[in-house]
Amino acid sequence: MGEQSFVCGGHHGGSYLDRLAGGLLHAMDHALDADDLSRRDGFLQKLDPRIKVAGLLTLIVVAVIVKSLLVLGGLFLFAVALALPSHVKLSRLFKQVWLSVLAFTGMIAAPALFLVPGDVLAQLPVLHWTITLQGLRSAAFLLGRSETAATLALLLILCTPWPHVLKALRICRLPTVLVVILGMTHRYIFIFLHNASQMFEARRSRMIGPLSARDRRRMATASAGVLLGKALHMSTEVHLAMIARGYRGEVHLLDDFRTRPIDWLALAGFAAVAIAALWLQA
Amino acid sequence: MTVAFEVSDLHYAYHDVPALKGLSLTVEKGQRVALLGANGSGKSTLLRLLDALYFADRGTVSAFGEVLSEERMQDDETAYAFRRRVGFVFQNPDVQLFSPTVFDEIAFGPLQLGWSKDEIRRRVAVSLNDFAIAPLKDRSPHRLSGGEKKRVALASVLILDPDVLLLDEPTAALDPKSTSEVVDFLVKCRGSGRTVITATHDLDIVEDIADYCHVLQAGRVVASGTPAEILGDVALLTRTHLAHAHRHMHGDEITHAHHHLHRADAAHGEDQG
Repeated sequence: MGEQSFVCGGHHGGSYLDRLAGGLLHAMDHALDADDLSRRDGFLQKLDPRIKVAGLLTLIVVAVIVKSLLVLGGLFLFAVALALPSHVKLSRLFKQVWLSVLAFTGMIAAPALFLVPGDVLAQLPVLHWTITLQGLRSAAFLLGRSETAATLALLLILCTPWPHVLKALRICRLPTVLVVILGMTHRYIFIFLHNASQMFEARRSRMIGPLSARDRRRMATASAGVLLGKALHMSTEVHLAMIARGYRGEVHLLDDFRTRPIDWLALAGFAAVAIAALWLQA
Repeated sequence: MTVAFEVSDLHYAYHDVPALKGLSLTVEKGQRVALLGANGSGKSTLLRLLDALYFADRGTVSAFGEVLSEERMQDDETAYAFRRRVGFVFQNPDVQLFSPTVFDEIAFGPLQLGWSKDEIRRRVAVSLNDFAIAPLKDRSPHRLSGGEKKRVALASVLILDPDVLLLDEPTAALDPKSTSEVVDFLVKCRGSGRTVITATHDLDIVEDIADYCHVLQAGRVVASGTPAEILGDVALLTRTHLAHAHRHMHGDEITHAHHHLHRADAAHGEDQG
């Protein structure tokens, strides 16, 4: 057999595993990158997580209820302005938020252009569908609210370590047990991503020849089964570890947050923007 | 009372697979004990029974003069008192470190035991400094090295200042520097009054970390003695798979083989020829 037979890349079966392993590694890199960004020395990163949750959630609510496109545009620009001193690149916002929201929400909003009755703005050739001013306004509101809300939400997540976001959400009366469950999920998802990645690497190192579609399905199913087994075993062990440290069925949380003058100033700023937006649109 | 643990005719099986078959031993208060044995000898299972995570199929485990039973541990007061007095460091740090951040991990035990939040914050800060892990306070465990994880694991247990410390293979998968940090910590436990029970098959560290040893094989204690007595018994160590015949090759030939303990003083057993 020639040397090429041992090279996985370029073979159908090998490239499938390459994609799987690569996808898992990409997911881990993405999460670790977000974690690194949340710990950088930026404007939003410095603020108390509770202040960020209160301020940004308030702005999201205002963006959803505001009835002026101009004010909505102003809120969107404010969100972009928050991103810049927080080391969040506009290209990242474009790829992670704006493009996907445009595609998804755009599909939902598009029919409104033609279905909402009102003053005709234009007519599509061939189909002769009319685009109305009211339809365009309706679609713009849906898109604008989605983009603004998603941008503010992503800023919260990118500029705050995820465990702190969860703890800070307690100000919205999120149950303690949910915070703990989500926190542990975040903790262990990396372990299982890593396990899965190693499984595929090990399989790839022993691959010769292509995998049929049926073999790929069987492999994916078997891998899922193995990972489930490992997860069940680990969950039993983790439960024992929790019992060993006094767990009796109730969980408790403690945060180490400390508010400083800059946090209260930022909260006042968020409140001022929200009030101004509501006053202007009235 | 001078006895920390008393184990009598202990039997335990995982489903139908016996792990402990009539094991008996005593651990004195303040003693540093090493449980030696090859993989599958029952060391980890014994530690879990001593920590009341498992309960015996037959036989008894007594801690501080009271028999450990599932019924007794269902009482909150009894359970909290026991958990405060006995700390367990698991072999796999990813099992032990289940909280989202290092701060949460160290605070978990005191929170469960109902300490005041101000007191917990103060003690966590002290613990972070004691173990030189203050810069890691907000880090997630998956971003820690093996040595850092072990330090966090120790800190998370020792914050409760337990009377007994149970360690399952504490030096497993650690680099030499991290291993020496763990060993240094266990050396400092000598004379501290804390009872330390370490399960290990790493003979290199036994003399440093233990005052007394029990050798386990197939779920039973087959020998007990001081580290010097146990480590000097090459036949015992070979029989219990703690030592092996080290073969030397010259070219393509095996010229000789002898039992080799891989210890710092390079002690060799009888040459098998």
